[in-house]
Amino acid sequence: MATSNASGRGIVLSRLSKSYGQVHAVRSLDLAIAPGETVALLGPNGAGKTTTIDMMLGLTRPDSGSISLFGMSPPAAVAAGAIGGMLQTGSLVEYLSVTELVTMVASLYPRPLEVDRVLRLTGAAEFAGRRTNKLSGGQTQRVRFAIALVANPDLLVLDEPTAAVDVEGRRAFWAAMRAVAAEGKTVIFATHYLEEADAYADRIVLLARGRIVADGPATEIKARVSGRTIRATLPGADTARLATLPGVLNAGLRGDAVTLSCADSDAALRALLGQFPAVRDIEVLGAGIEEAFMALTSDENDENRETTLLIKD
Amino acid sequence: MTSTVYVRYEVLRNFRNWRFFFLALAFPLVLYFIVGTANRHARFNGTTFPLYFMVAMATLGTMAGVLGSAAIIAAERSSGWTRQMRITPLGTGAYFGAKVLNAYLRALLTIALMCLAGTALGVRLSATGWLTLIGLLLAGLIPFAVLGILLGHLIGPDSSALAVGGIVTLFALLGGVYGFQIATSGALFGVIRALPSYWLVQAGKTALAHGGWPAEGWIVIATWTAVLTVIAVFVYQRAGSQAS
Repeated sequence: MATSNASGRGIVLSRLSKSYGQVHAVRSLDLAIAPGETVALLGPNGAGKTTTIDMMLGLTRPDSGSISLFGMSPPAAVAAGAIGGMLQTGSLVEYLSVTELVTMVASLYPRPLEVDRVLRLTGAAEFAGRRTNKLSGGQTQRVRFAIALVANPDLLVLDEPTAAVDVEGRRAFWAAMRAVAAEGKTVIFATHYLEEADAYADRIVLLARGRIVADGPATEIKARVSGRTIRATLPGADTARLATLPGVLNAGLRGDAVTLSCADSDAALRALLGQFPAVRDIEVLGAGIEEAFMALTSDENDENRETTLLIKD
Repeated sequence: MTSTVYVRYEVLRNFRNWRFFFLALAFPLVLYFIVGTANRHARFNGTTFPLYFMVAMATLGTMAGVLGSAAIIAAERSSGWTRQMRITPLGTGAYFGAKVLNAYLRALLTIALMCLAGTALGVRLSATGWLTLIGLLLAGLIPFAVLGILLGHLIGPDSSALAVGGIVTLFALLGGVYGFQIATSGALFGVIRALPSYWLVQAGKTALAHGGWPAEGWIVIATWTAVLTVIAVFVYQRAGSQAS
């Protein structure tokens, strides 16, 4: 799957890296997305989602690596009108009505969608005549979505599009997004909500500390992330053997501290106690997504330490 | 893919910001009538005071008006709108074009009002004289229009008002807008003659004499415009590939 788009038809990020001073925001990221896919970039804050998206949109220049969007560089794809984007933050300019603003943006694209249709689709039609500075937060978000959508782009990139939107607004947003995806457009969205990624993406790319820690169908990633984590002290542990325990997805080790990410923590715990009598200080942690990410990447804190993380496939 | 729609809405946005407009227009006009009425029969710097002061107020008002782009752009940048526009096919040319056009529409309105005010206080020029004056003012403002865009991309919205105020004062003072020359000979005068604001002030005198700027004036304006444009385009495009 990762190399089937090498023809340039889809989106290919290869060995993409970006640092801000000492912070490695994105580290040698490889990702290939086929046309028509809806992909969620899932990860906690600081995982590198926004940096990756900004590089794809040409807003940030990578330190190294390359990006191909349908065979074009990001600036070329943007100039060709092939990209529609909704950035994480941003307000609207004043002194225009919603219709006027969306019309203005539409005029910049070679094949825009009809403004009225976009306003209906995004639920912005009901306040289309209102000035942009008189909108609520949720209404502003709808207009920002309309601006991305009216481009009629081949690739729609949405950076945490439902942040600060109420439940009803979210539902409306995702319904509209679905309608767009159904037209064969490629959609990439960043989120830190597992439920959103699971419900609306075909594929989830799990990011942590600038790396892809998992990539696969939404169902598979959900199972992996929503499991529990066992932490324990086990001197001289063998992570390769630990990773083969029933119910364990992967095993990490730091000093004598073992971290087991589990799909079935009950089975894993029984097997752990049976096979490793020396194990002590056992903790079973719930499936908060932050914890799941930490568990999946627990050995990557320290650059100098050799990574012992194993992911079973 | 017509940028005319974009430019049209940019202009509409500009004109609906009536507070900005009102302040840009009212300040030079009010000052002109207060000071100009009291000195309407006086002579000053080799010309009539109403003519000198009309050009001075038009220069001050339009310099502030076109540099006002800085405040507008700085606000658009800090609100994230500039980034949103960067991910559209909007070209650098159309972006700059719309900003310069807006700055010039503000300047034209200021100049028109100042010319009417001048006429009310007895300024009389021939048709050629008026056209020369307005033409030279518009030409001399080009560097300031570009500087406004450049500043908007360099500074934040909270410091833009201060920067614009400071730059207008500095250029006006050195250029002789306030009615006196800091130097009339020597190295400092050489520096002053290299400022676009000096030539804005000279526009009044040359219009009266039915002349234009000497070549030196055009060279100064063209050089400032070229250098500032290169820097502004560089800053705008550099920011596009960074996180700002």
